[in-house]
Amino acid sequence: MNDDIKNPAAPPTEAVLEVRGVRRAFKRPHGEPLVVLESVNLNLHKGEIIGLLGRSGSGKSTLLRIVAGLIRASEGEVIYRGQPLHGAAEGISMVFQSFALFPWLTVLQNVEAGLEAQGVPADEMRELALRAIDLIGLDGFANAYPRELSGGMRQRVGFARALVVNPSILLMDEPFSALDVLTAETLRTDFLDLWIENKLPIQAVLLVTHNIEEAVFMCDRILVFSANPGRVVAEIKVPFKHPRNRLDPRFRQLVDDIYSRMTVRAATGKATVLSIGERLPEVSTNLMAGLIETLASETYKGRADMPALAQALALEVDELFPLAESLQMLGYAELESGDVHLTPLGQQFALADTQVRKIGFAKQMLTRIPLAAHIKNVLDERPGHRAPAVRFLSELEDYLSDSAAEQTLSAVTMWGRYAELFIYDDAAEAFSLDMPEAETT
Amino acid sequence: MDSRTGAGDPKITLSELARAPAAVRRIVAHPYLAVRGIARGNLPSPWDIVAFALLIGTLVLVSFGTSQFGAPLSALEKNPVDLSPWALPYYALRTTLRMGAAMILSLVFSIGYAALAAKSKRAERVLIPILDILQSVPILGFLTFTYTFFLGLFPGRVLGAELASVFVIFTSQAWNMTFSVYQSLRTLPPDLSEACTSLRFSPLQRFRRLELPFAMPGLIWNMMMSMSGGWFFVVAAEALTVGNQTITLPGVGSYVATAIADKNLGAIGWAILAMLIVILLYDQLLFRPLIAWGEKFRADNEPGQVEPESWVLRMLQRSRYTALIWKPVDAAINRILRPRRAAVASAESPLQLPPWTPLAVDIAWYGLVILSAAYGGWIAVRYISHALGLGEVGHVVLFGMITMLRVILLVAMASLIWVPIGVAIGLRPRLAAMAQPVAQFLAAFPANLLFPVAVFLIVSFHLHPDIWLSPLMIFGTQWYILFNVVAGASVFPHDLRDAADNLHLRGWLWWKRAIIPGILPYYVTGAMTAAGGCWNASIVSEWVTWGQTHLQAHGLGAYIQQATTDGDYPRLVLGVGVMSLFVVTFNRVLWRPLYRSAERLAGVEE
Ligand SMILES: Nc1ncnc2c1ncn2[C@@H]1O[C@H](COP(=O)(O)OP(=O)(O)OP(=O)(O)O)[C@@H](O)[C@H]1O
Ligand SMILES: [Mg+2]
Repeated sequence: MNDDIKNPAAPPTEAVLEVRGVRRAFKRPHGEPLVVLESVNLNLHKGEIIGLLGRSGSGKSTLLRIVAGLIRASEGEVIYRGQPLHGAAEGISMVFQSFALFPWLTVLQNVEAGLEAQGVPADEMRELALRAIDLIGLDGFANAYPRELSGGMRQRVGFARALVVNPSILLMDEPFSALDVLTAETLRTDFLDLWIENKLPIQAVLLVTHNIEEAVFMCDRILVFSANPGRVVAEIKVPFKHPRNRLDPRFRQLVDDIYSRMTVRAATGKATVLSIGERLPEVSTNLMAGLIETLASETYKGRADMPALAQALALEVDELFPLAESLQMLGYAELESGDVHLTPLGQQFALADTQVRKIGFAKQMLTRIPLAAHIKNVLDERPGHRAPAVRFLSELEDYLSDSAAEQTLSAVTMWGRYAELFIYDDAAEAFSLDMPEAETT
Repeated sequence: MDSRTGAGDPKITLSELARAPAAVRRIVAHPYLAVRGIARGNLPSPWDIVAFALLIGTLVLVSFGTSQFGAPLSALEKNPVDLSPWALPYYALRTTLRMGAAMILSLVFSIGYAALAAKSKRAERVLIPILDILQSVPILGFLTFTYTFFLGLFPGRVLGAELASVFVIFTSQAWNMTFSVYQSLRTLPPDLSEACTSLRFSPLQRFRRLELPFAMPGLIWNMMMSMSGGWFFVVAAEALTVGNQTITLPGVGSYVATAIADKNLGAIGWAILAMLIVILLYDQLLFRPLIAWGEKFRADNEPGQVEPESWVLRMLQRSRYTALIWKPVDAAINRILRPRRAAVASAESPLQLPPWTPLAVDIAWYGLVILSAAYGGWIAVRYISHALGLGEVGHVVLFGMITMLRVILLVAMASLIWVPIGVAIGLRPRLAAMAQPVAQFLAAFPANLLFPVAVFLIVSFHLHPDIWLSPLMIFGTQWYILFNVVAGASVFPHDLRDAADNLHLRGWLWWKRAIIPGILPYYVTGAMTAAGGCWNASIVSEWVTWGQTHLQAHGLGAYIQQATTDGDYPRLVLGVGVMSLFVVTFNRVLWRPLYRSAERLAGVEE
């Protein structure tokens, strides 16, 4: 273990890793390549935890994977130990959201797997692994299989495996988001304790998260990403000393600030006219109706503070944002400075019965979602009033990545079905206007 | 809030009826059906044609070469088969050893071939269509080539014949295992795969820690399926007449062949009993433990619903000797795989190649493949047209149609019988637990051991061979339909059954809306296996003997068998080629599309 003392409060100096002008584009079968990251710069200093925050699809994981050497940058470079990075480097470890443990290996074997590639002799390997298991609070579980452990315990194995190689940089992609709230909090504080007491070999941490509170709780610096393409749009210093108190008014203030910064971006970006290739969040109409009803209820009277709402509904940002955004796209709500409030249309929706809701929803879709109008038009024009889904999918793929295109089409399908704008036949993978015959194969 | 979704269409609830645990399906489904992207549409791609040309060219070359070997067979020492029951344990042992050798060969092959196909795009383009056709080739059709070839390699030695028989069994086992490994390697969990990269595993470490374990459950299951199909071929491959030579290898198959020649029904009874015992032992001592052990490699981290158990495995795990043996082996593997620290350091610098390298390699590789295919196609056409003429081709295709008609009718009839029975059994858990091993066992039992009994009956009652020989084709493989349907029905979710009751689904509607969509993927797997087996079995069942009596039905199987007996290589190549085409077409036009839509109906799409 290294023996220099970390002091998170002191201004960091030495950069352990530099990201310089990184751009990343993904090839697509047709159309322009999809640019996910554009000119991203980032310095990771000694003794620092950096958080990457941003909406889904803004390229946070992509950046992390470039730093981890799992994928290459299309342009720009990552400088580590004074050299450009090629592939996975010694001294950079990763903790995965899904834990990524080998189910067929015991805890001990999983942790040893971290050392296996380094050619460490067997007895040394065992000793190091047991020490890491001890450190991370897994003693007694060495011979258990991952399936016998709870989620929190599994992620501890993930940490032990990453730490056993004595890394200088630790990368974490939403390490706590697959855990329940309490477990996540325990793991966070345990990790921070080790970090503050300087019991970890690591010099710097890069943490991807969706959770603004988590970022403020753990990080020394937060980089906010915009989407399409992903860029760093804000850098926020967190001036608090560890251990931090979530109830401290200054803590709350910072969380609120970041919320409003992120919603401002969402608001200015989306209020204008949408294009056919606009990515639609895959949010169920049930949830939308639920949120409208909640907002219209006595508690909120049509307006709510997003952080408070997220907490009350036990939703994460990546769940609440798309939901609120979809309401905004359809004209049922507005987002501004960290608040969401219902429009008059939204108020009407809350009071209406099912049939009226559907009619209104259909109208909003046709006027505000160009993709929905486009599908409807094509179906109207075609003699058989029928069109295969691939047709629209390939159109969307000219604007979006494959997965985003599929997600968007699936969203519009879900909404259109609810609004009874069109029929979607799952088996034939086709849209149509008329009701299907009583008997289909 | 429910009232607000959908239009209250009962179909929405019902489409969920068919949802069955995907984990179970992953293993039960025939890996050939589960592999995606073999052929996007059902039309042949250029690569299929390349693969077919390569294979048929090879066949022609081998047959051409072997016909030059002359007659080394006469020198083979004759070992008269002893028909006393006391000789049977020894024969059964020999048969089993052959089987084991072929299984080891299949394992090595399937892992190597699949790894190559999964890792290299260039190799994959060619290897997967070849595999697709290979699995459709009627194995029994080229027994002759195989024996002549291996006996030519080891003239006058029994070893040649033994190797030939192992090779034949291998060709009956390897393909679905290969498909299974390939399918696993193509669907590795991305996070584990990234973890391996991030941990900087070498390719070998990656193979040991991720790829092999992940492929294990599917591989074990398919080994068992292969084994179950293999008994049929091991029996068929032990006694063979090529031209005027008869080859007998000591084993249960040759025992039965001798009993047929002797018209000894009693001996056949003993052979059947011996086979029953061997299969039971194999199951209990090898496969139950393997399957129970393979459980630990299931990638879904949750504990399985019903953990398979095996008394043998439990015994082994508790025994101190096992650990005594295993520990040093494991340590040795680790030592071999562990990179030297120096090697780790030196591997850091990437290799620099000129930017046009990939294109140059592409041109060289694909050029070579296409040239070989063109050559193969050309010699095949020349060989057949010289020796036979085009009229013969039409003739053979006609025979193919007759056999196809038999296959279709038999699969349909077997389905009508076994699907309702299978569903009835599968929905009763206790009955299913008892019936499943029996059905599996019946599928493994080499039906050709029973042929003599049937032939004896047909001869005694003067029945028409064109009709009465047909059931023999499906006799051995119909059980695949039964046990797959039982498997499908037994994982049919309980809540969905309740929902179906709740919606008052009765009679035909219940079948159509609830159970058929639920079991369809399983049924397709079973029916495809049964149909494939039918084609193969036609070679031994359309042309049978009892003592000096000889019965023959019209069809492609009889044609191939006739050509084998006559040592007529051009006809053999033609017959085998045409039958492969029929089977490939069947798979592409019927089974794969059916499986896709079955999956869609059942709501399991990846
Ligand atoms: N291998 C790939 N091929 C094509 N597109 C990709 C690939 N990997 C990621 N993308 C696309 O890049 C975009 C950014 O993905 P990324 O996973 O980095 O986002 P993220 O910020 O981590 O999102 P989330 O918060 O949902 O995890 C997405 O639109 C995604 O579809
Ligand atoms: Mg991500």
